[in-house]
Amino acid sequence: MVDLLKLSGKNIVIMGVANERSIGWGVAKALFSVGANVIFTYRKDRSRDKLEKALAKNEFTAKQIVQCDVNSDESIEQAFKTIGEEVGVIHGVVHSIAFAHQQDLHNPFVETTREGYAFAQDSSAYSLVAAAREARHYMTEGGAIITMSYLGAERVLEGYNVMGVAKAALEASVRYLASELGEQNIRVNAISAGAVRTLSAKGVPSFNTILSQIEERAPLKRNVKPEEVSDMTVAMLSNLSSGVTGEVIYVDAGYHIMG
Amino acid sequence: MLSTVLERVTKVVVDRLGVDESEVKPEASFREDLGADSLDVVELVMEFEDEFETEISDDDAEKIATVGDAVTYITEKVGE
Repeated sequence: MVDLLKLSGKNIVIMGVANERSIGWGVAKALFSVGANVIFTYRKDRSRDKLEKALAKNEFTAKQIVQCDVNSDESIEQAFKTIGEEVGVIHGVVHSIAFAHQQDLHNPFVETTREGYAFAQDSSAYSLVAAAREARHYMTEGGAIITMSYLGAERVLEGYNVMGVAKAALEASVRYLASELGEQNIRVNAISAGAVRTLSAKGVPSFNTILSQIEERAPLKRNVKPEEVSDMTVAMLSNLSSGVTGEVIYVDAGYHIMG
Repeated sequence: MLSTVLERVTKVVVDRLGVDESEVKPEASFREDLGADSLDVVELVMEFEDEFETEISDDDAEKIATVGDAVTYITEKVGE
């Protein structure tokens, strides 16, 4: 049998699992199933507890679980150092982190505060740049960095507001990172996932309405399944996508092509 | 026999919040009595949506503070 993925025994870091609905958790499950070593970073103890529970329930063993606050350069540096010292080589990073103040999603975009704008950018876009900067020191065999984006990066989606602007910055960061890290054979891509019922998505006002609109209008006439986002993420981490970098890959039942 | 709404709500709450079944009384507030934080409450609402195959709008979700609120809301909604 030919191993198309070549992910068995590879060390993959997943940042941003909050609970079992998280896209990062779906990716973790898929990675465990193909024999990768999965390392998790978490910010709050709450997430670590949820993660440990989910791991136990599924009888998975994490290679490592490391605290990392993506709003702090020191914390990111320390986290990757801790990981690097344990595993030696990092082959992939999945960045699945976004954060904005609730009021900035509820208020009109024009009323976004300076602080709220900066906070969304810092948590959701700069965190990828900082993670890539630290991870690359340990990605000595090349590898892949994947981040999660959303259609709100390029279209106006009601209630997505400051997060849409942060995702636009995230997607641009993917391209700049890809252009520089390509020399090290590190590929950087974004997955633009369709609406998935995660804890973060629930923070977007009118999320339930968005789900039913997509069901009506998307070419596949349904919402994307979380497993489909995980599968594409695994493909983008794997050898199957070795020629692809700097891209935004849509896993959205085709919704974004519709006028 | 079909489980009652209260039994199903209780099961979700016990599962999610890791509390003892005896604590899940109708008057128990998720935040004050059962130790839920704001994210736990959102998670609970999502679990209720799955368990009862219904949609709970943000406005409605804000009004669900106690176990009894959840049972009443779901009974009315699903019974419609």
